Amino acid sequence: MAPQKPERILVMRSQLGRARGLGAAHAGAEHWWAERVTALALVPLTVWFVISVLSLLGADQPVVAAWAGRPLNAALLLALVGITFHHTQLGLQVVYEDYIDSITLRHALVLATKGLCLLLALTAAVAVIKMSITLPGAVPGAPVH
Amino acid sequence: MVTRTSDGRLVRRPLSPHAGIYRWPITMVASILNRITAVALSVGSLLLVWWLVGAAEGPAAFAHVQSFVASPIGLLLLLGWTASLFYHLFAGLRHLAWDLGYGFAKPTLNPVSWAVLGLTVLATAGVWVAAYAEMGG
Repeated sequence: MAPQKPERILVMRSQLGRARGLGAAHAGAEHWWAERVTALALVPLTVWFVISVLSLLGADQPVVAAWAGRPLNAALLLALVGITFHHTQLGLQVVYEDYIDSITLRHALVLATKGLCLLLALTAAVAVIKMSITLPGAVPGAPVH
Repeated sequence: MVTRTSDGRLVRRPLSPHAGIYRWPITMVASILNRITAVALSVGSLLLVWWLVGAAEGPAAFAHVQSFVASPIGLLLLLGWTASLFYHLFAGLRHLAWDLGYGFAKPTLNPVSWAVLGLTVLATAGVWVAAYAEMGG
């Protein structure tokens, strides 16, 4: 007769792996590295964005939409929001890991944060793409039918 | 603190002071500010998304975003957002220098901490003065 299965598997490692005392994924540095790479990318993107917003100060919606819709600006905005939210969720995860003892709460917050950051990045990206796609001959900012 | 010696006698031992009584060194302030501004910017990123969505949706939605940003609370949030952005930017550059192995020498730690704070004040003030001048003073 086969050994009875436990109600809940607490250790999902092979007996051989446990006996050998191994088990590292040999992949611990990605999170740390991604945080640095995104930080580096955000330096020029952020400076560009602050200067751009200063130049757009007080501008009406059609002007802002036309600016955001230009191919290079749209590409830079997509990079900015994508990398910003990637960096954000990586960083917030470390904050949770440092201060929250409860594993359940920590994991819940990490997952919720990752989900929220993904949605926010997608929302911003759709907005940028919408502004960058105008019908031929359409006036930027005018209602598109 | 009262403890026992190895032969069982009670003994009063000196206790090192609690962390709470120390004056905060500037390096400690600089370190925690990087994290505080990070969390502030995480929340502030909602403003970026809102601004882009408003611009994409049309004049009415954009006017709504603009009126919030121009309100006293909006301006205060934007000021905090700008300062946080510059602090996190300069402190982030410092972190990248640390990652390359630079900037750990004791004599450089305090001045660079102050420099990051000073640059933040200068950059924030610069952006707001430029904005004020552009809006016609």
